[in-house]
Amino acid sequence: MSEALATGGPPARRARRNWVPYALLAPGLLWLIVFFAVPTLSLVSQSLQTGDVYNGYVLTWNVQTYVDALSTYWPQMVRSLVYAGLATVFTLLLGYPLAWFIAHRSGRFKNVLLVLVVAPFFTSFLIRTLAWQTILGNGGLLESTMSWLHLTWLLHGFESFLGLVNLGTGNQLLYTPFAVVSGLTYNFLPFMVLPLYANIERLDLRLVEAASDLYATPFHAFRRVIWPLSLPGVVAGTLLTFIPAAGDYINSVLLGSTQTVMIGQVIDSQFLRVLNYPLAAALSVVLMAVIIGLVMAYVRRAGTEELV
Amino acid sequence: MTWIRRHLVIVIGLLVMAYILLPNLVVLAYSFNKPNGRLNITWQQFSLDAWLHPCNSPGICTSVGLSLKIGIIASLTATVLGTLVAFALGRHRFRGRAGTNLLIFMPMATPEVVMGSSLLTLFIALGVGTGQTTILIAHIMFCLSFVVVTVKARIASLDPRLEEAAADLYANPLQAFRRVTFPLVAPGIAAGAMLAFSLSFDDYIITNFNASPSSVTFPMYIWGAAQRGVPVQVNVIGSIMFLGAVAFVAFGQVLASRRERAGTA
Repeated sequence: MSEALATGGPPARRARRNWVPYALLAPGLLWLIVFFAVPTLSLVSQSLQTGDVYNGYVLTWNVQTYVDALSTYWPQMVRSLVYAGLATVFTLLLGYPLAWFIAHRSGRFKNVLLVLVVAPFFTSFLIRTLAWQTILGNGGLLESTMSWLHLTWLLHGFESFLGLVNLGTGNQLLYTPFAVVSGLTYNFLPFMVLPLYANIERLDLRLVEAASDLYATPFHAFRRVIWPLSLPGVVAGTLLTFIPAAGDYINSVLLGSTQTVMIGQVIDSQFLRVLNYPLAAALSVVLMAVIIGLVMAYVRRAGTEELV
Repeated sequence: MTWIRRHLVIVIGLLVMAYILLPNLVVLAYSFNKPNGRLNITWQQFSLDAWLHPCNSPGICTSVGLSLKIGIIASLTATVLGTLVAFALGRHRFRGRAGTNLLIFMPMATPEVVMGSSLLTLFIALGVGTGQTTILIAHIMFCLSFVVVTVKARIASLDPRLEEAAADLYANPLQAFRRVTFPLVAPGIAAGAMLAFSLSFDDYIITNFNASPSSVTFPMYIWGAAQRGVPVQVNVIGSIMFLGAVAFVAFGQVLASRRERAGTA
């Protein structure tokens, strides 16, 4: 962090022209107030209204909508949080070594690798998710590669295993929770890698040497020295992954089945097809509240206030 | 064994890198496929058809055009508004800083489905019909915070003494801004604008809530096509975007390293 931030930023001589910062802030903040803050209130209000699309809505403080929404759609809500949580753990497990590799072991290829981490963003999210259909689908790339390696038994074994534990039909990878979570993991991996990289790059590797001089095993050096120091990056990365993943439904629609419906999908169809606005709004409010609650508990637990 | 232990992080790193890039390579490879029927999933035969006729699927080029138009207008507007906010946060003292930071942070911490649906409730309550304008409003809103964060980081990394030096050399505040501060912040602004454009061009969820059947963006077109089989042309456009972005960045890198070399020589 720069000194400017530590001291509260601004040189004192500017203090007299006090209208300048407000003039700079006004257009942007106004936009966010009108099109972010006000809509959030309007969402809460919509969730407490009764009526229908044709006769209009009246604010009746009808809390029953929330009871109905949760009693009907709690499985999808829980599933979204579980899938997003799993995807976050996997992105961390995959992203940490990658970030370490780019930061400390890639030499002069560092910039090239960083570009390649970001580059997939420029092919649409949807196209890349559809590519996983091509890879995982029956007769797709994975199956042909496996049969070329004479490993088809391994693939089919895994598929039967998924079927046995009731996570699929037993003869395919695509359209299973496995496919949805892999899709989420893949799609949000860069969101994990970039903050981790920014943090890990600043770590002083001599700390590891110091730890091993003090007879720490590599594992202990990591656990007691490196991991605590990289926590701010881990927190930022997990938040940037978990929050969008919990609301995402592109992966569950394109790679999943009716058994993998996530809450975003329910909100989308209630709003745009069923036209049950109060119910959809209530689900949105609950999702938002659950996420804020989890994030606050998590940030307090992780003991860092450095967000993003 | 020691070799494995020493190079483990490199091996894992490269494998994860492959996981990140595999779908893009699949998209590129299958843009040369000539599928039998509607599904572009199994490889049939090599063909340049889709590359030679990228618009040869009804509605695809109109939707790309709309996405480009919305992406450009939204990213430019968000960049201007966001840069102003970033300068206020990075260079000025004012009351309400904490509230401002919270307002900037919240859109990034809100799932898209919540933002999209809450904007829709506002438009419903106001009786505003959805379409291109509402998509634009939504895109400027969610791009804004990302521009602020990107530009603010750049401003925070600047040495404030440079501006003081300019003032010592009798530059008035406007000149100091125009000749010193702005050129130094410009790369951050450009990065923010690029980020905003890619976010806007790629957005499906928020757009879908605030669009109408007559305003189909490229992601909405793909979503619709996904139900019945995606035409190969979609792979072509995705690949063009990917290769274009890589080429753009590579070009920038070459330019920067050449300038650096010229500077040290």
